[in-house]
Amino acid sequence: MTIISKETIAIRTEQDAVFLRHRVTEYCVKIRMGLVNQTKLLTAASELVRNMLRYAGGGVVLCEVVSQSVLMMGVRLTFTDKGPGIADIAAAMKDGFSTGKSLGLGLPGTKRLVSQFDIKSQLGKGTSVTILKWKNG
Amino acid sequence: MKSLAAQFLPKKHDEILNVWMNQQLLHEGLREDLMPNDDLRKDSDELLKAILEVIKKDNFSDVNPDEFEKVNEVLAGISTSRAMNGFSPRETALFVISLKEGLRIVLEKNIEDPKALYDEFVRISTFLDKLSLVTFETFIKGREEVILRQTSEISEISTPVIQVWDGILALPIIGTLDSSRTQIVMESLLVKIVETESTIAILDISGVPAVDSLVAQHLIKTVSATRLMGAECIISGIRPEIAQTIVHLGIDLSGINTKASLAHALKFAFNLKRLEVRKAGEFKKIAAE
Amino acid sequence: MDKIPILKMGQYLLVTVQVDLYDRLALGLESDLVNMIRKHSSRGVLIDISAVNIVDSFMGRILGNIAQMSKILDAHTVVVGMQPAVAITLIELGLPMTGVHTALNVEKGMDLLREQLLAQEPLTPEEDDDYQ
Repeated sequence: MTIISKETIAIRTEQDAVFLRHRVTEYCVKIRMGLVNQTKLLTAASELVRNMLRYAGGGVVLCEVVSQSVLMMGVRLTFTDKGPGIADIAAAMKDGFSTGKSLGLGLPGTKRLVSQFDIKSQLGKGTSVTILKWKNG
Repeated sequence: MKSLAAQFLPKKHDEILNVWMNQQLLHEGLREDLMPNDDLRKDSDELLKAILEVIKKDNFSDVNPDEFEKVNEVLAGISTSRAMNGFSPRETALFVISLKEGLRIVLEKNIEDPKALYDEFVRISTFLDKLSLVTFETFIKGREEVILRQTSEISEISTPVIQVWDGILALPIIGTLDSSRTQIVMESLLVKIVETESTIAILDISGVPAVDSLVAQHLIKTVSATRLMGAECIISGIRPEIAQTIVHLGIDLSGINTKASLAHALKFAFNLKRLEVRKAGEFKKIAAE
Repeated sequence: MDKIPILKMGQYLLVTVQVDLYDRLALGLESDLVNMIRKHSSRGVLIDISAVNIVDSFMGRILGNIAQMSKILDAHTVVVGMQPAVAITLIELGLPMTGVHTALNVEKGMDLLREQLLAQEPLTPEEDDDYQ
């Protein structure tokens, strides 16, 4: 897999999340991702940014445009925070699980919206979530 | 010291081409219907030039170094275009293998010593065998591209959304409903709903061979998405055996309007829209009363 | 701080979301709407989200909350104009928003609100004619 371009965006407030949304939209338009896939990726990003703000008070997002072949292009986003971490990842990935007051759709729902989903977390050190959406799927 | 073949073969381009062309034209498998002879000559000429270029450098043990790039490129082009034009793999491979015969005849004319002739022929023969393998690989790749293109074309044309009445859409689904197809179906249906301001959509599944829990889940998703847009969705064309499987699998379709046939679904849609269909005569009678 | 304007039209309240939604904005809308319904004794709320590109689980929940809260205050809520891509994403996310009434556009949404209001009213004299 080759990385075509990359950029890091710091997230501290909700306004930064709006800015991130605009940047990601630009990348999607650049590789001509379909509208539905674009919306799915942006919605997934929105869920993850909320988690970052709520549980870790912010973090950084690495935005990359990646390609595997001429036809397989996609946008990859990596959300890294230095928050409390997740104690039980398997439980957090189940529908309806929440330590906060949300619906508990955040992580499992996000996974359904993207092509690839990867989560790493260390208690007390932080969490890193990587999502990737291919342009046609 | 260059080998014998490397010394004289490159100079004999025209002669080899003529012998080879005659061979191909006389062959019973000649496909004039798929490719005119002029084009065949052009292809043969191009390939032969590239091959002779390699022979001249006297390095034909390996098919991958840079010098072979040109040959591979020409071969790839020829086999891809043949795959698209409907040649069989056998015919495409034969095209390269028949060159062997042409080269043999020219070699025989120019080398007198039997031992040297044998050595040269074996070397060239092995080289051409490797090339025919390349043809085969690219031929299959060409076919795969055709399949990929057709798959995307099918998924595009296989989701026709029809406006059957003012405010009523129908979408006949034919073939299996997998997740990527569901997304296309959903998107084209929802976009059409906005476009035509339709409030009712009929999903006809008479053409869906089987409904398992995954397909049912895709159907339920489509219905839910339609409702989110503010339209109602009816599923029609449910065959008895599909009704049986649905119940046996324990799939809950109770929240969804299901009708046996498209006609029933349309009638139900008319009811929802408070429309009535009557025979013309009956209408006059009622008017007269 | 940004605010989403709420228009009063007779018995109804009209909200058109024209900007990118974020959490605090959505929460603000929720409390503003509830207060407005109480103040004007509104019977219906129409929320137009045709310009909204993203509705994630939080914003979807706010829309559901608004519908429930207004129901308690005896007002119906209709969400209109959801974009196809947004609808597909919400379903994939696992949020079918079953408690929320939806309509294709503002016009159809208003029709729905009027119908629901009519259904609650006692029969009008003309309709009583049939029984005489």
